[in-house]
Amino acid sequence: MLTLTCPYCGIAADETELAPGGQAHLKRFGPGSSDDEFEGYLFARKNPKGVHFERWRHAYGCGKWFLAARCTATLEVFGTYPAQVTEPPPEIIAAIKAKRPDWKGF
Amino acid sequence: MSEPTSALGGSSAEGFARVTEAGLHGMITLRGDLAAPAMARALKAATGCALPGQRAISAHGANLAAWMAPDELLLLLPYPEAAAICAKLETALAGEHALVANVSDARALFRITGAKADQVLAKLCPVDFAALPAAEIRRTRAAQVAAALWRSAPDEISLICFRSVARYMFDLLATSARPGSELAPA
Ligand SMILES: [Zn+2]
Repeated sequence: MLTLTCPYCGIAADETELAPGGQAHLKRFGPGSSDDEFEGYLFARKNPKGVHFERWRHAYGCGKWFLAARCTATLEVFGTYPAQVTEPPPEIIAAIKAKRPDWKGF
Repeated sequence: MSEPTSALGGSSAEGFARVTEAGLHGMITLRGDLAAPAMARALKAATGCALPGQRAISAHGANLAAWMAPDELLLLLPYPEAAAICAKLETALAGEHALVANVSDARALFRITGAKADQVLAKLCPVDFAALPAAEIRRTRAAQVAAALWRSAPDEISLICFRSVARYMFDLLATSARPGSELAPA
């Protein structure tokens, strides 16, 4: 069972209190972008075995969207952080590197 | 003018804890920037309650203000006063980016009472009740529906859900409280 701490209300929320939102930090390509960029934005997703960044919504709690860094193989959670950022904050990167020294980076 | 009626007319069920639909209760959703001084001022003037911190509940007489989200409070007050307090809040927050909505008739309130009240809810919610302090509001789910609950008195938990699922919630709580289905003592 996955437990993620919501950075907005501070609750260590059970997975069943959350709604998944897929991969985090997507860059949006809309009108004016190339077909390849638009296709990538819509459909191309990472599928790593290991460190992954995801969007989650505290659906049954405070209702807010937040981001989480976790390992897809072990379910280990490296940290959660507010969604108003375009890349993982330094403390999250540091927490991942401390536990996965061979991680290639975001 | 129609007569206001609560979802289940005060039904109750007796088990290893007592489950009661608590009748009509005034509830106001207040949304906006909680850090704005105008918000705390309006809340104080309309209800007497101080602005609650994260997940906290502040009280003034029969009025409660519960922290629901970083931009949302739920105010609990006597049913007949909801409309007047709404009007006061709207006046006090005129010009602010804020929302005041009287949701009294859109919700149902339940009380679960008894020394084993925690056990009724521990079966239904992903919440560590041993670590749930008094004067804290906890939004979660009870089986398949959203709920907000708090310790409203010693040996009493109050629970709010949407009125549309009040019957589901009552049956759920009553089933969970069925005699003989207590959790084994820790
Ligand atoms: Zn939350």
